[in-house]
Amino acid sequence: MKRRAWIPIIYILFLMVPIYWLVVMSLKTTNEILGGFSLFPQELTFDSYRIIFSDPTWYWGYINSISYVTLNTVISLAAALPAAYAFSRYRFMGDKHLFFWLLTNRMAPAVVFALPFFQLYSAVGLFDTYLAVALAHCLFNIPLSVWILEGFMSSVPKELDETAYVDGYSFPMFFVKIFLPSIKAGVGVAAFFCFMFSWVELLLAKTLTAIYAKPIAAVMTRTASSAGYELGLLAAAGVLTIIPGAIVIYFVRNYIARGFAMGRV
Amino acid sequence: MKTENQKAWLFVLPVLALVAFNALIPLMTVVNYSVQETFGNNLFFWQGLDWFENILRSDRFHAALGRQVMFTAIILAIEIPLGVMIALAMPRSGPWVSVCLVLMALPLLIPWNVVGAMWNIFTLPDIGLLGYFMNNVLGVDYNMTQSPTAAWVTIIVMDVWHWTSLVVLLAYAGLISIPEPYYQAAKIDGASNWSVFRYIQLPKMKRVLTIAILLRFMDSFNIYTEVFVLTGGGPGNSTTLLSIDLVKVALGQFDLGNAAAMSLVYFAFTLLVSWLFYTIMMRDEE
Repeated sequence: MKRRAWIPIIYILFLMVPIYWLVVMSLKTTNEILGGFSLFPQELTFDSYRIIFSDPTWYWGYINSISYVTLNTVISLAAALPAAYAFSRYRFMGDKHLFFWLLTNRMAPAVVFALPFFQLYSAVGLFDTYLAVALAHCLFNIPLSVWILEGFMSSVPKELDETAYVDGYSFPMFFVKIFLPSIKAGVGVAAFFCFMFSWVELLLAKTLTAIYAKPIAAVMTRTASSAGYELGLLAAAGVLTIIPGAIVIYFVRNYIARGFAMGRV
Repeated sequence: MKTENQKAWLFVLPVLALVAFNALIPLMTVVNYSVQETFGNNLFFWQGLDWFENILRSDRFHAALGRQVMFTAIILAIEIPLGVMIALAMPRSGPWVSVCLVLMALPLLIPWNVVGAMWNIFTLPDIGLLGYFMNNVLGVDYNMTQSPTAAWVTIIVMDVWHWTSLVVLLAYAGLISIPEPYYQAAKIDGASNWSVFRYIQLPKMKRVLTIAILLRFMDSFNIYTEVFVLTGGGPGNSTTLLSIDLVKVALGQFDLGNAAAMSLVYFAFTLLVSWLFYTIMMRDEE
């Protein structure tokens, strides 16, 4: 094992180089960026970050993104938990086909659906709200959550359910008090994936919002084009979009290693 | 053993409702557009299957589809073996595992347009680290905006950078689920590294690898944002993948019928390949 340790190390270095460059660019002045090449910032400046934190259009972008991502994670898990339970415990008409159909929804190119989504959410009066983006992201997050949770639930022996009924638990009580704690790791992993795919998706989020729910990534695109060539600002905003993700991974790091091992994946 | 229970449908109902709302209604809208012609003003005329005939004969569609297939084939051929190799080289337990996983998962959590913007900054000829290094240190003429080869290499390296970690995470999850006694037994039998891989690790990873390949296929076949931000489909049409071409037709030319028919052919193609692959891989399960 020891002599192969260099493989992951080299891979991680490869992953870090572009991120390092993004951070370096965010700490340089525009003049320095356009003036020439240097590996480290010569005149360290936090101006780009200062601009972002003092301009409401910028920082509201972050608040908007985090709001709809959280909402989406909650909705996806709430809907996926009972469904995953049904798939793992019961056989019913069409269950296998249903499962594959759910997965197929990940295959539709978001590009294809952008315009119809805009019309649909405008028609039901949800356009430019957090709920619109949160619901739209359910399209790919629910199938994934059902699939992950089903794996975890199937690894919990059925005797647990039966013992609980014998002890006089009602189904909802059993589900919340006994079953959920025993698949905690699975819920963590599913939540992580929901957060991840909702956070990184931009096409639908951008299509479904205009002002009040505009995601940070969309604010970036607009700024990049309207303000010309402000690479430092763009880089700083990019760095800030990495941070929430990094925090989330840090919290679920143990679940991911242990959690995957427990679930059937 | 699972019990037969039709009431389980009630548990699935919320999921069905949410996914159907998001999937069926937009899909029907697209189908509706695909058989009509419009000249604006919300006036639509019945067109039948003309759009589909057009597309299936169009060289432009074939070229874009060809580029999309080539892109997906290349990145699958790189990312799957690379991901498995890295997962095999990772320690099975210990303090470094968490650190590795956190660092590796980082690219997965960056918004897709930021990934594109970041690689753009990284590869700019005189300002970017990679661009500067290639041109001024190695002396290779590297300019993404002029050379199709450079553009292709860049989008592939970007995708490998972005997504290999997903394969690593899934493969690693499959690997650590193998109980230690399997390895001890293999050691006693004097099995080589290759036979351990071929007869213990690979079969145990089959399920996760199926999922990894399926996810990577679907996502790379539908890739849009990253490539669009990085190259805009250029230089010329060299990196205009099917998704990028589709947006050009739908929003650039506002050719709704054509774009909708294109979308459906695109979707059907993805569905067919995924279904074939899923069926073949799952054939001998259960």
